[in-house]
Amino acid sequence: MSTPFFILAAVTLAGAWGAMTLRGLVHCALALAVAFAGIGALYLNLGAQFLGLAQLLVYVGAVAVLIVFVILLTRGGDADAPRLSAASFAPWPLAGLAVAAAVFAVLGWAIFHSSAMLSPTAAAPQNNIRQLGVALMDAYVLPLEAIGLMLTAALIGAVVVAMKEKP
Amino acid sequence: MLGVGIVKGLAETARNFLGSFVDKERLVTVQYPEERLPVSEAARNFPFLIYDGDDKEQGLRCVACQICEKECPPRCITIEKSKDKKPDFVGKQQFYPAVFDIDVSVCMSCQICVEVCPFDAIRMDNAFELSTTDRFAALLWSKDKLSLPNEHYLAIHPTEAAEVEARRGEEKAQADAKKQQSPVAK
Amino acid sequence: MQPSDQVFVLLKHWLVGQSPSMLQPAVSILLTIVPILLIFPVLFALTTVLERKGLGRIQNRYGPNRVGFFGILQPMADAVKSLTKEDIVPASADRAVHFLAPLVLLAVAFVPYAVLPIGRNMIAANLDAGVLFFFAIGAISELSVFMAGWSSRNKYSLLGALRAVAQMISYEVPLLLSSIGVIMAAGSLSTVEIVEKQAGFTGIFPHWYVLTPWGFVGFILFMIAATAETNRSPFDLPEGESEIIAGYYIEYSGFKFALFFLAEYLGMFAISGLGITLFLGGWLAPLPFLTWIPSWIWFFGKLLAIVVGFIWVRGTLPRLRMDQLMNFAWKFMLPMALVVVVAAGAWRFLPQGVTRWLISIAFLAGAYVLLARGVESRNKIAKRTYRFAE
Repeated sequence: MSTPFFILAAVTLAGAWGAMTLRGLVHCALALAVAFAGIGALYLNLGAQFLGLAQLLVYVGAVAVLIVFVILLTRGGDADAPRLSAASFAPWPLAGLAVAAAVFAVLGWAIFHSSAMLSPTAAAPQNNIRQLGVALMDAYVLPLEAIGLMLTAALIGAVVVAMKEKP
Repeated sequence: MLGVGIVKGLAETARNFLGSFVDKERLVTVQYPEERLPVSEAARNFPFLIYDGDDKEQGLRCVACQICEKECPPRCITIEKSKDKKPDFVGKQQFYPAVFDIDVSVCMSCQICVEVCPFDAIRMDNAFELSTTDRFAALLWSKDKLSLPNEHYLAIHPTEAAEVEARRGEEKAQADAKKQQSPVAK
Repeated sequence: MQPSDQVFVLLKHWLVGQSPSMLQPAVSILLTIVPILLIFPVLFALTTVLERKGLGRIQNRYGPNRVGFFGILQPMADAVKSLTKEDIVPASADRAVHFLAPLVLLAVAFVPYAVLPIGRNMIAANLDAGVLFFFAIGAISELSVFMAGWSSRNKYSLLGALRAVAQMISYEVPLLLSSIGVIMAAGSLSTVEIVEKQAGFTGIFPHWYVLTPWGFVGFILFMIAATAETNRSPFDLPEGESEIIAGYYIEYSGFKFALFFLAEYLGMFAISGLGITLFLGGWLAPLPFLTWIPSWIWFFGKLLAIVVGFIWVRGTLPRLRMDQLMNFAWKFMLPMALVVVVAAGAWRFLPQGVTRWLISIAFLAGAYVLLARGVESRNKIAKRTYRFAE
């Protein structure tokens, strides 16, 4: 709970808040990118180098760009039409708060009962990238190959969907 | 083979680059204003008035016939005839322009004034380094600025000037001969 | 090592020692960061002159030669011009995003310098995952390009931005794949370790990765992908002056335009620096009897050589069309990069000797010939057929 953590948490929350409330969809997408970057920085703050950098590379570098492209390709010109105002859907903020509270409760229960909390003095792993790589090739090679196959299928599917039919 | 064309292209540009240091003729740039390209004889820019001899007022060939003023398409010439007369190169008394203004910002260098002048008084100059900071007053040229000596004309348009000189020489010789025959012309 | 090699490190330590102990961490950090913030923009200024004069000589003309001695002070004139130009923001532009885009791009352009080893013991942040850090930060710049293009509310600007982002994403894949071979050979993601693994000489040949078959092909692929990542000719369709006026920075004028330029060149230096670190042995000397020259001189010398290469290629090749660009990335470079990974793996696990050279070269040459045939067959124009009216 140090100063960097508070600053990063504030940035992430500001980004998430902006993603919810800003008018203009592209602004929301950019605020979401800020939130992703904040999460990546939080991972780096916790010492998870690979995870933090992968978060930056994948989420900010690819997923945020994907979201923006999707907005432009589906809504196109009216990408910054004003969004639905909250007043016209009065029950929705309460429902949102209820769902958020439920998610928070489940997360809190999961964290407090996880093994990381049961052994608070666990040593930080040394050279965690090497361990990650070894684990991927050793204990988790089957999930890795399955994910690879799934990504290939997704790629082929995307190409098939986007391909123009030959006349 | 893919890539061979690129390698050949790179070799060509390298040859150009290194050659530009060795062979000065590769660089075809004319570094203005230190170097200037020569101007051809038929180049023209704005008109000027010719005077013979040394005196701008007395030797001015223009007789204020106002033909160029009427023929000029954008009407950039303004002429006011004088009240008195002065002798021209054959001795005849002629009017002269008291005011001869050309608005150079309007002039389109069409050379029509040159083509219609019966007295070889107005010709095209080829000076182009004429920029000023005043858009209006400095581009209205008066008779004083427009008058240039005949030597200037001979220098910039030699072949044309040679033909004009020959013709004027003949006319002067004829006028002199006539004066000889009738010594007291009254 | 010799004092000339470590002169900056020793200077920094002395200055940190001189400052009061409360401020020592701050002074240390400042002394690491400020030289980076000073040197690379100065290098940018020199590169602009070098590029214009170099391109001029290639095109049989002088470059700029009015401002200083042989035009060397031209960047000063350019700086004065860009600072005094009016900053026009279109009336319907999104002001906040329009203002932030060049700032984000510039910030993201400076950060990757932290993991480049400029000399022996001269690196700003010795991260365990240095190469991954570099690529992650490079990926963020795409978002700022999009911000610049979209906030101008200009169809051509948006089109240029989308094309630029598509190009950057497509060429990121061969970029990463060609560096995976190096990471496999070095066994680490840390830039300092990658450079150290390339030390040593056999005879007079250094152990740089560019002098291995897979490293040579990988270096060429890396440099082509780097040219495309930084939107540099011949991949500068998004910013081509005759194509789409200026692409995603049409609506920027004055200083913000200069910031975009600065960010583009800084990106070019950073990615060249990474290429040098991965393939050309970082700050190592190329020949065993030249190790007395300080390491940082070697790094900047190699950087200069790569910049000259960029300028040379810019003066030679015409601009690629968008579809040619994308085809090249996905249908040629990606398979070639995968083959480089396979060849690098074969190299790592075969014993030293002629065998591994032959096998690597066979893989790479075979793949190159087949893929080149594929590229050329697409270029063939079909024979014209005529249908006459009956």
